[in-house]
Amino acid sequence: MGEVIVITSGKGGVGKTTTTANLGTALAMMGKRTVLLDTDIGLRNLDVVMGLENRIVFNLVDVAENRCRLNQAMIKDKKLDTLSLIPAAQTRDKTAITEAQMEKIARTLKKDFDYVLIDCPAGIEQGFKNAVAGADRALVVTTPEISAVRDADRVIGLLEAAGLPHPEVIINRVRFDMVRRGEMMGIDDIIDILAVELIGIVADDEDIVISTNKGEPIAKNQLSAAGKSFRDVARRLAGENVPFQDVGGGRSLWRKVCAVFNR
Amino acid sequence: MVFWKRLFAKNTSTHSKNTAKKRLQLVLVQDRLNIGSETLEGLKNDLIAVIGKHLEIDVEAMDVSFCRDGEQVAIVANIPVLQGSKEAV
Ligand SMILES: Nc1ncnc2c1ncn2[C@@H]1O[C@H](COP(=O)(O)OP(=O)(O)O)[C@@H](O)[C@H]1O
Ligand SMILES: [Mg+2]
Repeated sequence: MGEVIVITSGKGGVGKTTTTANLGTALAMMGKRTVLLDTDIGLRNLDVVMGLENRIVFNLVDVAENRCRLNQAMIKDKKLDTLSLIPAAQTRDKTAITEAQMEKIARTLKKDFDYVLIDCPAGIEQGFKNAVAGADRALVVTTPEISAVRDADRVIGLLEAAGLPHPEVIINRVRFDMVRRGEMMGIDDIIDILAVELIGIVADDEDIVISTNKGEPIAKNQLSAAGKSFRDVARRLAGENVPFQDVGGGRSLWRKVCAVFNR
Repeated sequence: MVFWKRLFAKNTSTHSKNTAKKRLQLVLVQDRLNIGSETLEGLKNDLIAVIGKHLEIDVEAMDVSFCRDGEQVAIVANIPVLQGSKEAV
């Protein structure tokens, strides 16, 4: 029986889709049978990031509404035969599918796959609830910005309420030069504040934009640092103990930071 | 130009990361408790009024903060007492 992992964040544009594509690619490269599920109905993107947009025939809503069988909606990756994608519908909205339908699909998929990765839409409404419905485990993607961390905190609370009490966090788009200058919150700052497990650190890297342009996830690129960061997360997901690269900036002195207002 | 900017940045203790952390901490306390900053300010003033009724306190030096560690939110008050009980004769 495989594991269903939802990749979520609250805030949009922080890197959920990029993370889903790259973790899926990295897990498949490790020989794990992996399927990606795009639940961002109406704003589908995972197909483009994976470079599979021209192969779509059926989608997730077709499966939910029994217009096709599950494996008919599955698109095989161009190179990795252990990887496939079920795309979102583009012409419907997030209410086109229910939590019960999602749970059923996830339950069916994990019989045949080692990993089912669910790319969650932004927000905390129905789309979020659907994406979370069948999940065994949750990853929360954030960036080192107040708004993203705040939304991550909100989502962590909602995940706990939904029965996923130990979400793990990926901090994406870190600019280590800015962290060193004291102009960006560091890894320790964010983890202390959110009080959750860290599972990945990914630098802000233009290679990601370039690889997305080509529809080739950066995880395939052995020379890329960002590619390695995603491959490291995949190994941690699979239970390996992979040390975090030295990220510089020094450890913070304070485990607990207080918001102080002086009178 | 770049050199001066650097020098300036080093000399100020107000790195924007610290500002970000403080502001983030505060909004998270408000989010978690589901209250606004006005309520927090009101709470602090009431605290001063109640304690001030019984003890003479150093209002200038007092410090009320909200700490958050995961799920837990705590109000931490450091209120220096200047004199003992006002009721004592
Ligand atoms: N580490 C990174 N470095 C540079 N660009 C990134 C990084 N992560 C994501 N991006 C870019 O940010 C944008 C939003 O990412 P995406 O994965 O679509 O976010 P989400 O799915 O959370 O809305 C995309 O254009 C993507 O290429
Ligand atoms: Mg997305």
